[in-house]
Amino acid sequence: MNDVIKNTALFIGLVLVQVIVLNNILFWGYINPLPYILFVIIYPVKKDRGLFLLLSFLLGLCIDFFSDSGGVNAAATLFIAYIRLPLLKGLLRKPEIDFPVFTIFKLPFLRLLSFIAILTLVHHFILFGLEYFKLNMILTIFSKTFLTSIFTIILLILSLLFMDKNK
Amino acid sequence: MQQIVNFIVKYKYFLFFLLLELIALIFTVQSHSYHKSKFVNSANAITGGIYKRINSFKEYTNLKVYNQQLLDENAYLRNLLAQQPVDSMLRLKKMIDTTKYFQQYSYLSAKVYRNDYHKKYNYLLVNKGSKQGVKPDQGVINGKGIIGITNTISKNYATVLSILNGNSKINVRLLNSYHFGTLEWDGKDYNTLQLIDLPIQATIKIGDTIITGGKSTIFPEGIPVGTILNFKKENNAYQYINVKLFNDMSAIGPVTIITNFDKEEIEALEETITK
Repeated sequence: MNDVIKNTALFIGLVLVQVIVLNNILFWGYINPLPYILFVIIYPVKKDRGLFLLLSFLLGLCIDFFSDSGGVNAAATLFIAYIRLPLLKGLLRKPEIDFPVFTIFKLPFLRLLSFIAILTLVHHFILFGLEYFKLNMILTIFSKTFLTSIFTIILLILSLLFMDKNK
Repeated sequence: MQQIVNFIVKYKYFLFFLLLELIALIFTVQSHSYHKSKFVNSANAITGGIYKRINSFKEYTNLKVYNQQLLDENAYLRNLLAQQPVDSMLRLKKMIDTTKYFQQYSYLSAKVYRNDYHKKYNYLLVNKGSKQGVKPDQGVINGKGIIGITNTISKNYATVLSILNGNSKINVRLLNSYHFGTLEWDGKDYNTLQLIDLPIQATIKIGDTIITGGKSTIFPEGIPVGTILNFKKENNAYQYINVKLFNDMSAIGPVTIITNFDKEEIEALEETITK
């Protein structure tokens, strides 16, 4: 029960912070960091993934509703939610994960960083790829993906450090 | 049969993922087209209400800028009035009770709740909707030039397809000759737009003013748009013409929505031609 309340608060909190604060921040006029994917990173890793996929999709869709962007955030967030488990297994080099005791806070820093970086880069690449959707815009897509990812990753690490300390 | 069930059970997460991804892609494709019945849009009670709260704070911090913009616009309109000969002013006064008959356009003021300019398909959200008589495909301007065209409408809010949108096409012409062209955006710099389809017979030079053409039913003729920043003439055609906007699209104050009373008549007439 406690978990349900916590995750609901996280969901609503992330949407509001993204929409009210971060969508108004534009570094150099066009870089808009998207740390709402923190949800995908810290949502408890469980064997049953149905609810997690649905929530990630809805989170992206909420952001899309606020920013009139069709379904690009939903598609990207759902995709990284789906690849999260295979990616974790790959990073830990284990075929199975000990679900009840596993949290990402126990990961060594470098592995956590590469976990966050891969998810962020994939998310942003799908997002901008779907938004521009033209082969001759590929350079814009790559530069936007790369620059935005830097800011998103910094914000994600800061919020993870903050959460870790409060525990 | 058993095999199908096994297959579904084995790949249930993958199939669920595919289903949701398909829905997201449908929404995305819909948003890339010039559609006026999008499901995902910010003109609804929840998102509109939240943006209203955010705006009431932002508005306060921008009061000085907005006041200056309105003063500039007032001065511009007063100058237009001053250019009118005196007797036509008197004529205007005489037909007060029949203004509706002669009037082609009416203007409705609105606040901008949200303004995007860093994406490829940018939209604005304004605080007027169907309750105030706003319909899709109405022009939106401010004191310094054009902003966009209304898109999806809800009861109290409307989204505006910004001129900084891959789907935006605006009919414009040169101030000093009647050569028409189309204004588009390539998605790069938010203060530079592209003028295309301008015939080679039109002689242009850097700094020439571009205004709306009035060939569509959306914008009246003669609203200032911008000046020519640079262009390239090659193979007896204009390769590109960049237009610098008078507006700063990253800081839009209050806006005005234009209603064209002759729109239905013109559209009905045009339909008879195409048939």
